[in-house]
This record gives sequence, structure tokens and C-alpha cells, in this order.
Amino acid sequence: MLDQIVFYFFAALAVISAVLVVTRRNIVQSAIFLITALLATAGIFLQLHAEFLFIVQVILYAGGIMVLFVFVIMLINLDVSLHQVQFNRQWWLGLVLALALGAQLTVAIAVGRSGLPLGEPAPATMLEPSTELVGKVLFSEYMLPFEIASILLLVAMIGAVVMAKKKV
Amino acid sequence: MIPTSHYLFLSLGLFTVGVIGVVTRRNVIIILMSIELMLNAVNINLVAFSRLVGSAEGHVFAIFIITDAAAEAAVGLGIIIAFFRNRETLLGDEMDLLKW
Amino acid sequence: MHSLIDFLLTYWVQLVCAVIIVAVLPLVAGYIVLMERKVMADMQARLGPMRVGPHGLLQPIADALKLLIKEDIIPDEADKAIFWVAPLISVTAGMLAMSTLAIGPWFQIADLNIGLLFIVGISALGIFGIVLGGWSSNSHYSLLGALRSAAQLVSYETAAGMAIVGALMLAGTLSTREIIATQNDYGVWFVFAAPVGFFIYVVASIAETNRAPFDLPEAESELVAGYMTEYSGFRWALYFLAEYTNMVVVASIATTLFLGGWLRPFAGTRAFNFLDFLPSVLLLGVAGYCFYRAPKQPVKIQKMVLAAVGAMIILVALILAAPLLAPAGSFVASMKAGLHGAFWFLLKVGLYIYLFMWLRFTFPRYRFDQLMRLGWQFLIPLSIVNVMGIGVALVLHRHFGWSHWTAFPLTTILTLAVAGLLAAAGEKQEKTHAIVGEEA
Repeated sequence: MLDQIVFYFFAALAVISAVLVVTRRNIVQSAIFLITALLATAGIFLQLHAEFLFIVQVILYAGGIMVLFVFVIMLINLDVSLHQVQFNRQWWLGLVLALALGAQLTVAIAVGRSGLPLGEPAPATMLEPSTELVGKVLFSEYMLPFEIASILLLVAMIGAVVMAKKKV
Repeated sequence: MIPTSHYLFLSLGLFTVGVIGVVTRRNVIIILMSIELMLNAVNINLVAFSRLVGSAEGHVFAIFIITDAAAEAAVGLGIIIAFFRNRETLLGDEMDLLKW
Repeated sequence: MHSLIDFLLTYWVQLVCAVIIVAVLPLVAGYIVLMERKVMADMQARLGPMRVGPHGLLQPIADALKLLIKEDIIPDEADKAIFWVAPLISVTAGMLAMSTLAIGPWFQIADLNIGLLFIVGISALGIFGIVLGGWSSNSHYSLLGALRSAAQLVSYETAAGMAIVGALMLAGTLSTREIIATQNDYGVWFVFAAPVGFFIYVVASIAETNRAPFDLPEAESELVAGYMTEYSGFRWALYFLAEYTNMVVVASIATTLFLGGWLRPFAGTRAFNFLDFLPSVLLLGVAGYCFYRAPKQPVKIQKMVLAAVGAMIILVALILAAPLLAPAGSFVASMKAGLHGAFWFLLKVGLYIYLFMWLRFTFPRYRFDQLMRLGWQFLIPLSIVNVMGIGVALVLHRHFGWSHWTAFPLTTILTLAVAGLLAAAGEKQEKTHAIVGEEA
């Protein structure tokens, strides 16, 4: 019972704030609602017994990436952008196509859920010491991708510094 | 117990909203934020399947995606700052220097 | 309804702990402020607040009352909703972070699998309160303060995180309870195994809580009051509460990770068991001082208040002494762990905060570029080297059979050598920088 309440609460929160992210006129408000959506997702991770991922989401996404976003928004916040047209010229076409994509995927899941074993999840205890389990998988099977990810971060860091430098 | 398909529907909803944001908004920062939403939706899927199967590999992939999102945000915001410095605008459809 | 009662029956201890934290924390913050004013006064050869209550003991309550009835001003051009919600974000983040702290073996709301990361992550969310508050005020001072605060926090969070990683490698767990248990097993607090990590954490935590000498986000001489410029009354008090809550949180993290949490000094050694009486003796000394000062107060009511304070301290001392004097095995004796654990934890937290105050009144404020250089070019490289050093020491200990007493001092000396190199390089760069002049 508590499980259901938690899940549907966070799901509703995530979807509502996601909609507000793309519809708000003010970028700062968009960013705030994106933070809410990310934290709601973190709550869903917690409900899925993924504690480590929950805290990674909070620290990295909400505490790291979003601070970066808010920081940049404040650096270059333009009052003019509040009075400009917010949607581009082909917005109706984009909306129709995106909704069509959504409808397709909905049908796919609705049809496919009888075929796939989407019913009963494995018992929660299988993933119990979440941190240890993730660490073991990450540093044994996925060692190489992990190293590649670190190189990706290094490249991104250098790239960001080069991009944001005054005169190239 | 919540069936896994509900997680899929939730993730689908977030993903679609993200796509709508990317294809309809003009502001570059909001487009970047919508991409974050889409990545986030994928994460929900991965973790839900991970729970279904009972293995931690989905978590590992979600961590990779978050790493990727961090890299993308850093580079993307760097580009936005550089662009803003040159053109004094944040609108995506005015990014047309390469268009003839 | 039935499930609600079940819920209450299962979790009543946690709920009571949570209510205590939320209720007591504002009071604690108020008295930390009083202590800070007193310490400052002492270091500057003044008396500090003396009027409200004996020796200013009731000053925090008077201050709180004043803040509550002050007019609450919201600037006209402000973004009202965000202005309204921003201080709440800061306070909530600080208080949520308290929830996994173990104040003594008895008093903990939740012992999570990810305990320490939870504290670090949730308290990091407090930055949004500062940034959004600064932005929504629609004032240049506020915005500059918020930007400085965000930049400072993001920079120093990395260093603090790496310092924590070093200690976590020693502990091998993230649960606060087990970290302290490991320090008990090692027989040595991690501050002695990883002194460089502790140093990094101290510096980074001062920067994270925006305190002098790193209080640039609220530097009075430059930015009026930084992000809090436009705030007044109750909302301002909330920011203040958040700041002091954060101090308590970082002090508790340092205590848990590096200073042995609720453990007594020399917890494993029987010869030092007389230290168990130290809490009571210490408190009796304080009570004695209260009684000594009581007749010298100018007004009768002040005499009575000070005597009452002394009596209360004696009562606490007796409660702490009771488990030691009671026969072994009785119920009273079994309370020793909880009571003494809480005492030692709070004492260590208090000493850490005292260190903060000491530094605040000793050092002049840094310049922003100096602050950034210290963070990025000294602390972060040093913290990475520190993690590597601890890793080497652990490998030497576990796989090559070196004893603790050789492996850890060796790597500490190596890390210190690297620190010396980094400092020398920074010095050199600063000199060339001064000659070339600032870029912009």
C-alpha cells in the first residue's frame, strides 16, 4: 500500500514537473521544475530499492549538473528572452510527431507486456546491499567501459574549458 | 506490488515530454534541459528492468548514463556560453552561421 | 487507518528522534551564535552580550523573538514565489541531512546503507536555496553573492568529497554506525591514519559553510550581506538557521569519519577507563563556576537564573555518572553506552565548531581568485594524492603484511611531500601572476 502511494506520488510529480519544464516562459522556473523532476525520479529509484543510484542521482544530477545549469542561466540571463516567442515555427509539426511517437510506444508497451515477462519482479532482497553490488559489477565486468567513461569526462572537461575561453 | 509496465509508461511519458521540449522550444538551454529529461526517462527504464531481472547491471548502465549527462551538460553549456558571447542570443533557430 | 497505527508502532523511535531534532535544532543554533559572540568577545578582549540574562545566557531567545516580530519585506521586483520558497529549501536540506547522523549509539533516525553519502548529497542541495534566493531578490549584491556561493560550493565539494573517499576506503562502509565501529576495531581514529585527509576536510568544510576566512558570498565590505541582502525578519532567520545547521552537519561528518564519533578517547584500552568519569567532572566544574559567579550578578533574578543553570548542569552530570556508579548488569548501568556516546559526540562536534570560530577570528578574508586557486590548484590535487596514498597504504598493509605503524606514516609523509611541492608551485605562480597582473 505504502509502495503504491510512494510510486504514484513520485510519478505524478515527475510528469507534472516535466510538463512545466517545457512550458514555462522563465528559464529559471524551468530549471527549478527540472530539479523537482529529477528528485522525483530519485524517489522512484529509492522505491525500486536502488539506494546507491538514488544518491548518485541526488549528488550528480541535482547537486552537480543542475547547479551548473542554474549557474550558466544566471550568468547569461536575458530579460529580453521573456518577451520573445517561446516556440519555433514548426512547433505544431514537432508536437504532432512527438505525440505520434509517444502513441506508438504506448501501443508497443501495451501490446508487448503480455509477451514479455513484465509481471512479477524479482524479490527485493536480491539487490540488497545495493552499493556493494553495483561496485562489484562496475569494477569487474564493466571495468573497461568505466575507464572509457572517465576518458569521456576528461575530454568533456577539456572541451568545456576550450569552448568557454574568451578568445579562441 | 507495482507492475513493471507502469514504470515503462512513466518513463514513456517523461521521454515524450522531453521530445516535445526538444522539437518545439526555441531556447537552447531549455532544449538541453529537455535532453536531460529524456536521459532521465531512460534511467527509470533501466532501473525498473534491473529490478525485474534482479541484477545490478541496469544500475551500472544508469550510472554510465548519468556520467554521459554530466559530460553533455558541461560541453553543451560551454557551447552555449561561447555562442552567447558571439551572438547575444539564446534562441536555437538563430544558430544559423553554417546554414547558407 | 490500521496501517497508519502499524506505521506509528513500528517507527515511533525514529519519529520521536526526528521531532526532537526539528524542535531542538533552532535552539542549538541560537546558542552556537551566542557562543560565537562570546568567543569573539573573548578573543578581542571584550565581554560580549551581558544584558539579557546572566552573562547574556538568554540572548538567543531575545534575538529569536525580535526576528519573529520584525516586518517581513518582500522586494517589489522580486520573483515572489521563489523568494518565498528559497530559505525553506536551505533549511530543509540541512535538517534532512541530520537524519542519518548517529549521535551516540542510541540516537539515530535511520541507519542507511548509503548513510554518509546521503548526508553529503542532501546537504549539497542547500545550495539551491542560496542561489535561488540570490537570484529572486533581483538585486546585484544578492546575485553576485549567489554566484560566488555556487562557484565556491561546487569547487570545494570536490575536495571535501575526495577527503571523505579517503576515510571511507579505510572504513570500507558507508553506514555511519559501522564507520564508528571500524574505528573502534582499528583502535585508532582515522584522523591519525589520514591526517592530510582531515586537514583537507577542515578547509573544504569551512568553505562549504561560507564561513570566514572564506565568507566571500556574504562579505560585508563588498556585497552588503551577499545573497541575504534583501531578506529580513523570519526568512532571514531561516537562512541563518540553515547556515548553522550546515555547520553542525559538517562538524558531525568530520566527527563521525575522522574523530571516532561517539567513542571515548582510548576506547579500547582498559587503563584509560577513568576517562569515563571525565564528562561528570567536566560538567561539575562548569556548575561550580556557575555557583561561583551567581552571587556576583547585579540583579536578584539573574542570581537565581544562574544558580538554576548550575543546578541543571549538576543534574546532567549526575545522570552521566549514574551508570558508572550503579552495580554492573543493572538497567541503569546499561544506559552508559547511549548517554556517554551522546556526550562524547556532542563534545567533539562542539570542539570542531570552536575550531571554526577560532579560525574565523584569526584569519583575514581571502580574495576570490585566491580562494579558487587554493581550491583547484592545491586542495583538489592534494585530495587525489591523499586517496592514492591511502590506497597504497592499504595494499601494503593487506597484501604485503606491513604493519599499520609503518604503512600509514610512510604514505602520510609522501602525501605531505606532494603538498609541499604543490604549495611551492602555487607560490611561484602567484609571483609571476603578480608581475603579469590580473587578466580580467
